[in-house]
Amino acid sequence: MNETATSAPLWRRLIGFNLLSGIVLLIVGFYVGWWLGHQIHAESLDFIDDTNQNDIALMFGYLFAVIGFLIGLGFARYPLTRIFGRQRTVFENEEGGVGRYFGLCTDHKVVGVQYLLGIGLFFFIAGLNAMLIRAELLRPSPQLFNAGNYLTLVSLHGTMMMGMMTSGVLGPFGNYFVPLMIGSRRMAFPRVESLTFWLLMAAGVILFSTIFFGGFPTGWTGYGPLNVQANYGFDSYIFFFALVGISMMLLGLNLITTIVTMRAPGLTWRRLPIFCWGALSTSILMVLAAPVLIATLLMVALDRGLQTSFFLPSAGGSPYLFQNLFWFFGHPEVYVLALPGMGILLEILPVFARKPLWGYRVAVAGLLGIMLLSFFVWQHHLFVSGLNAGLRPFYMFSTELISIPTGLVFLCGMATLWRARIRYTVPMLFCLAWFFNFFIGGVSGVFLSDVPSDVATHGSFFVMAHFHYTIMGGLVFTFFAAIYYWVPKMFGVMLNETLGKIHFWAMFIAFNSTFFPLFALGLMGMPRRVVTYPSHLQALNDWVSVSAFVLGASMLVFLFNVVYSLVFVREPAAANPWGSKSLEWQTPTPVPLHNFDRPPVIDSDPYEYGQPPPPTVPREAPAGAG
Amino acid sequence: VNEPNHFRRIVIASIVLSAIATPIVVAVIAPTLPPGKATDASSGQVFDNTVLFGLVTPIAATIVVYFAYSLIFFRHRAEGAQEGVAIQGDRRVQAWWLAVTSIIVIFLAAFGTVELADAGSGGGQGPDPAFKPSGKAMPVQVIAQQWEFTYRYPTYGGIETPHLELPVDQQIALHVTSLDVIHSFWAPRLGVKADANPGVDNIAYFKPEDERTFEIRCNELCGLWHGYMFDTGQIVSEAAFERWIHHQQRVFAPAAKVLPPYEKHYFPEPERRGG
Repeated sequence: MNETATSAPLWRRLIGFNLLSGIVLLIVGFYVGWWLGHQIHAESLDFIDDTNQNDIALMFGYLFAVIGFLIGLGFARYPLTRIFGRQRTVFENEEGGVGRYFGLCTDHKVVGVQYLLGIGLFFFIAGLNAMLIRAELLRPSPQLFNAGNYLTLVSLHGTMMMGMMTSGVLGPFGNYFVPLMIGSRRMAFPRVESLTFWLLMAAGVILFSTIFFGGFPTGWTGYGPLNVQANYGFDSYIFFFALVGISMMLLGLNLITTIVTMRAPGLTWRRLPIFCWGALSTSILMVLAAPVLIATLLMVALDRGLQTSFFLPSAGGSPYLFQNLFWFFGHPEVYVLALPGMGILLEILPVFARKPLWGYRVAVAGLLGIMLLSFFVWQHHLFVSGLNAGLRPFYMFSTELISIPTGLVFLCGMATLWRARIRYTVPMLFCLAWFFNFFIGGVSGVFLSDVPSDVATHGSFFVMAHFHYTIMGGLVFTFFAAIYYWVPKMFGVMLNETLGKIHFWAMFIAFNSTFFPLFALGLMGMPRRVVTYPSHLQALNDWVSVSAFVLGASMLVFLFNVVYSLVFVREPAAANPWGSKSLEWQTPTPVPLHNFDRPPVIDSDPYEYGQPPPPTVPREAPAGAG
Repeated sequence: VNEPNHFRRIVIASIVLSAIATPIVVAVIAPTLPPGKATDASSGQVFDNTVLFGLVTPIAATIVVYFAYSLIFFRHRAEGAQEGVAIQGDRRVQAWWLAVTSIIVIFLAAFGTVELADAGSGGGQGPDPAFKPSGKAMPVQVIAQQWEFTYRYPTYGGIETPHLELPVDQQIALHVTSLDVIHSFWAPRLGVKADANPGVDNIAYFKPEDERTFEIRCNELCGLWHGYMFDTGQIVSEAAFERWIHHQQRVFAPAAKVLPPYEKHYFPEPERRGG
């Protein structure tokens, strides 16, 4: 099958394997599965008959929709061609125009841009959910939403952010820049790379379809037995997170293989850019943690659809089992969100401090230490659950132990500023804000790790403030740093600096004004996910809501900046506008199709900035030299 | 060019700022923060938080000083060197940093464990508590269900009441359980929190020390009306409590006859779908 000639009329070019055929087959697949599920459904499952809700039909609908979507995008062509004994290249759609972005494409740079736009879209939708939540909380009793819609809104916000943003950095920037940084022409598995993106998009659509099935009232944690009791809107949660898990796992495997096997000659482990170390440690977490999530969700699906009882106490199951399994995935998952941010931070700091990264090996040890320890702390989410109460001192200790590798990352970042020549560019400002936010997030984490203190704050707005400080303050700020830093390479255009600074200051101030009072609200007795609260907490809640709206408005400044700079002004970026020494900036802009004409040979480390330190003892000028 | 001694300046400024800020935080701010002094558990939590604040404040002060100094003195200027000093790292600094953070972590874990050993600090400890108070404790059962709490007093004939009243200055053992999904009993002012799991007897100890009303909230998302699952309880004098409980025994006597016998936990019918 040849590619359609670019001179063909538009309607002809729309026919083929692309997003359009993907969506058509997604809808067709959904109804095929829905019909099939209703055929299978047996009368004996009175669980279903109670409510006329057929979980099996909905599950089959989602399953066939995803399969149809992937076939429509063209993922079946290569395996089928090979099955029938013909030769076919693994590379697809690498040449051509805008059409590449709307389908299966094996160019890692196209996938990076697809990820950036796709993730950005869902990030803004989930952010709008947060605005609605804060609008509801302006008053102590319900005003905009009823109890059920409010819970669906909270659940959608949490699930979307925790699910989609796992790939928030590694999707766009990992896929785009890891091959460039290590001097490779592509990722190890280019078709898998595209698959991870489209799976994530299918997952996002499935999660939103929950509003047609009544939503779900469980939050992003989906604890049992509530997860079995929930309406069939919960099936979209199961399918969403399972697809996200598969996507995460494949993305992680792809990045690990790429970094281990495809480094250019001379790029030893000690010369690997720190962002790649961040990507590597995150990928290992993804590969080890995501399968647990997928298996757990399969068990929930069986509990709901086929009346098994893994998590149902009334039939011999254990809700603790679900909590254990979920947090065995869930705690590494929050480090999946934090580690790439640290990678970006340590990558960008030396460029604008004009200094080498301080203590490169210590920083790597810090990243790997966090990765390792994050598997041994999950029961700190269950300190008051009554499970393994005798083990609480151990989990308190292991949780506090994580502050040692985190402290190393902090030290390396701080010391990189020592005797630097700091340039206050927009990416640098976002990186510096990381220190402020992450320090508050980390310190509040020390309070939460301490069991007596945790009894007062567990499950309250204090916890919510804590993880927004680490994830939004840690990941999202560095995510924006990465956008301002790397967009000139990705799109060949500079983002407006003045608008960038307005965006930064509005976001930084509004962010702290929004989330710092939540610590107080939590201590004063406000639980998470409630639509009502005591009226004496209204003043503080109103303050938070107004700040949140300003925070939302700062995102509009960013959007305006993107449209203004990328569509209207289009100030062309130099190939290396920041004077960076790492490999991705040594390529021309736009980056050619296969990145490098021939494999680069690396003979130095990526952070060779700065002047040599002056000798400690000032030398006398040699008298009468000659 | 003679570099000023940056390190000495930062150390002096950090010590000064810590010396000012730490006493203010430890003596003035931290002791007044919630949850307050209504029970021994909440007092313990306030003490715990105060110690943690005392530890964190000097660290925060040092970091603030370091950043304020670096961001001003190490900024890029038009004149002078355009590049920073190429320092690759410093083994002594790394070793010191590692040593200090390790000592802090070991102290935190030891301190937290010692504090926890004080009858579990008001947290739920499961059916077989690792840390118990000395002496006898009055058992009170909290039964959570969608979407309300009820309370049983096994030492008063196992009666079940819709509201919680507790006598002051008497050790209480809350036995928290659930009939359907996971809930969590939280009385913010008492410093008491324990998840309510179906089929589990989750025990939390505390001793009320102050006569007052307090708020109770469900702290674990439990379905549609989670936001409405709250209640008000009271800590009253010994005599008032006796009066109240005997009144309850009379009022709920007909109901007590048909109640299932007091158990550590109750298995309900299999879950069915609600709203």
